[in-house]
Amino acid sequence: MPGTMRDSVRGDLKEGLKDGLPIGLGYLSVSFAYGMMTVMSGLPLWFAVLTSLTNLTSAGQFAGTRLVVAGGTFAEIAVTTLVINARYFLMSMSLSQKVAREMTLRQRMAVSFGVTDEIFGVASARAAELTAAYMGGLIALPVVGWTLGTFLGGAATSLMPQKLSNALGIALYGMFIAIVVPDARKSRPILITALLAVFLSVLFRNLPGISMLSSGWRIIIITVAVSAFAAWKFPIGEVSRDDEDSTAAI
Amino acid sequence: MDINVSKALLAVAVMAGVTYLIRMIPLVVFRKRIDNLFIRSFLAYVPYAVLSAMTFPDILYSTGSTVSAAVGTAAALILAFYNKSLLTVAISASAVVFAAQLLGL
Repeated sequence: MPGTMRDSVRGDLKEGLKDGLPIGLGYLSVSFAYGMMTVMSGLPLWFAVLTSLTNLTSAGQFAGTRLVVAGGTFAEIAVTTLVINARYFLMSMSLSQKVAREMTLRQRMAVSFGVTDEIFGVASARAAELTAAYMGGLIALPVVGWTLGTFLGGAATSLMPQKLSNALGIALYGMFIAIVVPDARKSRPILITALLAVFLSVLFRNLPGISMLSSGWRIIIITVAVSAFAAWKFPIGEVSRDDEDSTAAI
Repeated sequence: MDINVSKALLAVAVMAGVTYLIRMIPLVVFRKRIDNLFIRSFLAYVPYAVLSAMTFPDILYSTGSTVSAAVGTAAALILAFYNKSLLTVAISASAVVFAAQLLGL
C-alpha cells in the first residue's frame, strides 16, 4: 500500500535525523577549530567552508589544507588524502553488506558521501537494515554541523586576540591525541604503532637530507611503513564489532 | 598569503574527489567482504600511524612558543590517558596553552 510505504520512509527519515543530531552537534565544535585554523593560516574563509561541505572529513581535509598552505603539489594532496582516508574504504565495504536490498545504485552513490567514522559507527550499530531514508536523515545534520561550524570558526578568527588564537592552534592535535591514546592504552600493537610513527616522524624531521621531504610524503611513507609492519607483526584476527568501533578514528 | 583562486579550487576538488571515490566505490562495487588478513590489519592500523605521525613533532610548533606547546601537549596526553572526550582534551589543551602564555611561557 502506498500509504504505509510513505509512512515508513518518513519514520526512517525521522529516526535518522534523531540519531544524527548528536553527531552534528559534536561536529559543530570540532569544525569550529578547523575553520579557525584554516583562516589563521592565511587561506580565505570560502576555502574552509567549501572544503568542509565537499569533504566531510577531519584528519583528511586538515592534512590537505596544510599541504595547500605549504604549497604542496596536487599529487601530494591526492595521495595524502587517499592514505589518510583509506579506512573509509573498509567502512563503506562493511556498510555495503548492511544496506537495504532495494537501495538503488543512485541512492548508494548518494549515501556513500556521508560515510564518516561516527556515521559509520551509528549506522553499523543499528539493528534494522539501512534504508536510503534512514541514511539520508542520519547524514543531514552532521553535514550541516560540520559546514556551519567551519564557517563560524573561520568568521570568528579576525575577532580573536593573538594569545587565544595561539592557544587554539593546539586544539586539533589535542583531538588526535584523544583518539590515539585511549586505544593505545588498551592495545599493545596500537601503542607500538603510534610510538613507532612518532619516532620516525621526529627522525625524518631532523635527519639531514630526509628532512627536505615535504610533510605530505613524510606522513605517507611513515603511515604505509608502520601500518604494514604492524599488520605483519600483529595481524588482527576476526575483527569484532567493538574492535571496528575502536579503530573508527574520527 | 597569496592564494591563487583556481589552484585552491582545484585542490578542494582533488581532496573531495579522492575522498568521495574511496567511500563510493566499495558501496557500489563490492558486495563481499575482504578476507585478506594483512589488508584488514593494515587498514585498521592506518588511523593510528597517520594521526601519530601528523601530531609529532608538529604539535610542539603549533602555538607561539615551544614551552607553552609542550605544556599543552602534556595536558592533552594526561587527559587522553584518562579517556576524556575529544572535545574535552582539545579545549583543555588550548586552555593550558593560554594560561601558560599569560604566565609568559
